[in-house]
Amino acid sequence: MIENRPLLTAFSHAILILGVLAVAFPLYVTFVASTLTLEQIMSVPMPLLPGNQLLENYSQVLTAGSTKGSKAAVATMLFNSSVMALVIPLGKITVSILASFAIVYFRFPLRNFFFWMIFVTLMLPVEVRIIPTFKVVADLGLLNSYAGLTVPLIASATATFLFRQFFLTIPDELAEAARVDGAGPMRFFWDVVVPLSKTSMAALFVIQFIYGWNQYLWPLLITSEESMYTAVIGISRMLVGGDAANEWNLIMATAMLALLPPALVVMLMQKWFVKGLVETEK
Amino acid sequence: MATVSLKDVRKSYTPDLQVIHGVSMEIRDGEFIVILGPSGCGKSTLLRMVAGLETITGGEIAIGGRVVNNLEPKDRDIAMVFQNYALYPHMSVYDNMAYGLRIRGLAKSEIDARVQKAAEILELKNFLGRRPREMSGGQRQRVAMGRAIVREPQVFLFDEPLSNLDAKLRVQMRGELQALHRRLGTTSLFVTHDQVEAMTLAQRMIVMNAGRAEQIGAPLEVYARPATTFVAGFIGSPPMNMIPRDGKLLGIRPEHLEPCTESEAAIVAEVDLVEPLGADTLVYGHVSGADGARVAARLPATSRAQAGKLALRYDPANVHWFDAGSGKRIEA
Repeated sequence: MIENRPLLTAFSHAILILGVLAVAFPLYVTFVASTLTLEQIMSVPMPLLPGNQLLENYSQVLTAGSTKGSKAAVATMLFNSSVMALVIPLGKITVSILASFAIVYFRFPLRNFFFWMIFVTLMLPVEVRIIPTFKVVADLGLLNSYAGLTVPLIASATATFLFRQFFLTIPDELAEAARVDGAGPMRFFWDVVVPLSKTSMAALFVIQFIYGWNQYLWPLLITSEESMYTAVIGISRMLVGGDAANEWNLIMATAMLALLPPALVVMLMQKWFVKGLVETEK
Repeated sequence: MATVSLKDVRKSYTPDLQVIHGVSMEIRDGEFIVILGPSGCGKSTLLRMVAGLETITGGEIAIGGRVVNNLEPKDRDIAMVFQNYALYPHMSVYDNMAYGLRIRGLAKSEIDARVQKAAEILELKNFLGRRPREMSGGQRQRVAMGRAIVREPQVFLFDEPLSNLDAKLRVQMRGELQALHRRLGTTSLFVTHDQVEAMTLAQRMIVMNAGRAEQIGAPLEVYARPATTFVAGFIGSPPMNMIPRDGKLLGIRPEHLEPCTESEAAIVAEVDLVEPLGADTLVYGHVSGADGARVAARLPATSRAQAGKLALRYDPANVHWFDAGSGKRIEA
C-alpha cells in the first residue's frame, strides 16, 4: 500500500507485533527455562530472565539425558535425527528424480498406469499404511536400525509428482538437441536434467529435511532401544508423569537442541528454497 | 558435405492418420533447400525425419549415399537448429557449443579451436562466457548456429530458425545465413512458412501442402510456373488472382495487372480496399459479373486508385491456366 495513513500503519504494526509475540514468546520461555534450575521453574511466577544454568543443563542432556526419565544422551539422539533427516530427503530426491525421469522421458507399457499408482498413494496418509509397513519392517528384521528408520519413508509420491511437473516444463527440443549432440538418456539426465532441477531439489530438501527431523509416530513404533531414539522421541521419553516429576529445565534444553537444526537449515537454504518454489531456469 | 536423397518418404502416426504422403527428392551436395508450406503441412515432420527425431514409416532417406532410416540422430552426421534454439540454459555459450564435441570425445585443443573459429565467424567472441538467458534473441540464434557449425556436419537442418526474431533482425539473419552457406558450402535443409525467406534463401525449394510436395524447383521457376493453384496462391503476396473462365481457372499475378481505359479492359474490378504502401499501391476488389471472384492488383504508387470501378488489363504471356477440379497447371 502506498497510502500514507498513520493510524492504519500503527494498526498494522500492532497486529504484526502481536503475531510475532504469539510465535516468539513460547520460544523465549523455552529458552529461559532451559537456563534455570528445576526449582526456579517450579517457583511461581517463573522468572522470565535467563538464569545461570545454561552450560550445566545442556551438557547434562547432551551426555546423559535426564536424571528421572530417559537417560539416553541427547547427543546420540541428535545424531540419529540427523541421519534420518539427511537420508530421507537425499533418498527421496534420488528415487523420485529417477522415477519422474523415466515417466516423462521414456515410453514403456503401462507408463501412465504406474504414474497414477504412485500418484494415488499421495492420498493415503502415513497413518493408514503404518501397520502393514511396520509388519514388513519387523519381518525384515529392521527394527531398531537406521534402515528401518529411513527406508520406509523414502518412497515419495509428492516428490515424484513435483519433479514430473517440472520436467514437463523443460522444452522437448532440449532433449532433442541433446540427442542430436549425441548424448544418451543418462548423459542427458546428468548434464541437463539434474543441473536444471537444482533449485527444485533444494526446495524439496528443505521440506523433506524438516519432515524427516520431525517424524514422531514412525520412530516411536520401531525404536525400542535408547541408542536408536531420535531427538523428538527423546523429548517425549523424558516426560515421566505428573507435572512436578518432570525435569522441565532438561526437557526444555532438549527441545531447544531439537529445534536448532531445522531452523538452521531453513535459514541457510532460504534463498534456494524460495527460488525453487517460484523460479525455474529455462 | 553430402547429398541427401528422399525416396517416397512416408509418415503415419496411426494407419488412418498419414501426415507425409510420399515425398521424393534428390538434394545435391552443398545445395540450400527450403521446405516451404503452411503450418500443419508436414514440413517440420519431414525435416525431423531427416534428423532422426521422427521414425520413418515408409520409403528411404539416404545421406551421402548411406541409408539412415534406422540410425540415431547422432550417427547421421547432421546438425540441427531449432525454432526456440534449444540452448542448454545452465551452460555458458562456450559449453553449449562444445557439449556435442565433448560427447564425441574430441581433444580439448581441437574443441577449443573449433569453438573459437565458430565464435569468430558468428561474432560471438565476447559472449563465450555468458548464459543464454543473458543474451538477446538474435545472439541466441547465433549460438544455436554456432552449435551446429562446430560439429562440421554433412548436413545442416534448420527448423524455422528465424521465426522467433523481430522483422528487422530476421532480414539481417537471413543475410548472415546466406553468407554462412556461401562460406561453408554445407548441404542445408531449411524449413519455413515464410515465402520471402524461402524465395531469398533457397537454391531450390519444396512447396508442401497437406503432406505432399506440390512442387519442387528453383524459387523463380516456382514463381513463374506454379504447378498447382495451391502453389500459385502460396507464393507471392498478395497471392495470384484466380478467375474462373470457361470451366478453367485463369491465374494472373497482382503485379501483372495494370490500369487501362475501359475499352481495353480484360477485367473490370469493383475496388473496395486500397492499401498505399509507398513504393506501390495494392487495391482489392472483386470482378464485376456473376461470380465476383476476388482480385488484387499491385499498381504503381503514381496511379490514384480509389474505391469504385477499375478497368484492368494484362499481357496474355503472364497468364496461367489451372484445371478447376484438380487445381493442376494446364500447359499452354
